[in-house]
Amino acid sequence: MVLELMGYAMKPSDRLDATFAALADPTRRAILRRLTTGDVSVTGLCKPFAMSQPAISKHLKVLERAGLISRRRDAQRRPCRLKPKPLAEATDWLERYRQFWEGGFERLDALLEELKAREPKRERAKR
Amino acid sequence: MMKNGEEMKLTTPSDREVVVTRVFDAPRKLVWRAMSEPDLLKRWIPGPPGWPIVRCDQDWRVGGAFHFAWRGPDGSEMTLSGIFSEVVPPERVVRTESFVIGVPPRSGEQLATLVLTEQGGKTTLTLTVQYPSKEARDAAIVGGMNKGLAEGYDRLDEVFKASAHI
Repeated sequence: MVLELMGYAMKPSDRLDATFAALADPTRRAILRRLTTGDVSVTGLCKPFAMSQPAISKHLKVLERAGLISRRRDAQRRPCRLKPKPLAEATDWLERYRQFWEGGFERLDALLEELKAREPKRERAKR
Repeated sequence: MMKNGEEMKLTTPSDREVVVTRVFDAPRKLVWRAMSEPDLLKRWIPGPPGWPIVRCDQDWRVGGAFHFAWRGPDGSEMTLSGIFSEVVPPERVVRTESFVIGVPPRSGEQLATLVLTEQGGKTTLTLTVQYPSKEARDAAIVGGMNKGLAEGYDRLDEVFKASAHI
């Protein structure tokens, strides 16, 4: 619970930093992909990744701190669960950055159509 | 989820650069006009959604200045200004740019190179923005709020492809 809270006690900007830092590692991305198919225990993750439990636990700690996964503290198997919110925030942000350009380019498309429609007349007038 | 606009590409070829590529179905002469004439630029100028453009001045000549300002929903202002150092119609423009969001400190000066190439009546726009440092680039990409986003960018796709159904 404490670790889970940590992920959300951070400022949104810091949390995004933590999200991207967590995503920087290929093993952690693979773990997240694995979790998209359902909850998995630590031991369940060791096998497919051919890693020791402490190594996997280390990665899970990073993901947990970034708020990307949660783990049940009480249960013995401590299954890991994907938490979609930080991922959604990250995409939202990317979407916004993309929109900075994309909206403008779409308006430019429309403007160019208008200019093209006007242009032939001018060309004809020149001839 | 990530698909938004079929032709725009956003890449980070080096630690200090961001490259935007987009194809337009028009000859580059028209794209050039739409960018260089302030009255036309005003009609499409990019910006964050919900941030209308409130100032759009530019003088597309070597040594000429430009100054754009957007106003956010909370009344804060974001400006982009600089000087043109190279203007080769209708194919190439180089300018320095400074972004200011709210009050200084500003993120520092960046160099923007715009290249238009034409093929079969279509124009490819390639905008390369070179930042003074990796930190400046990351700060600019995330609107001065976060670090390390650019790497996240390249890596996210991979994850989102798998988790699109969440």
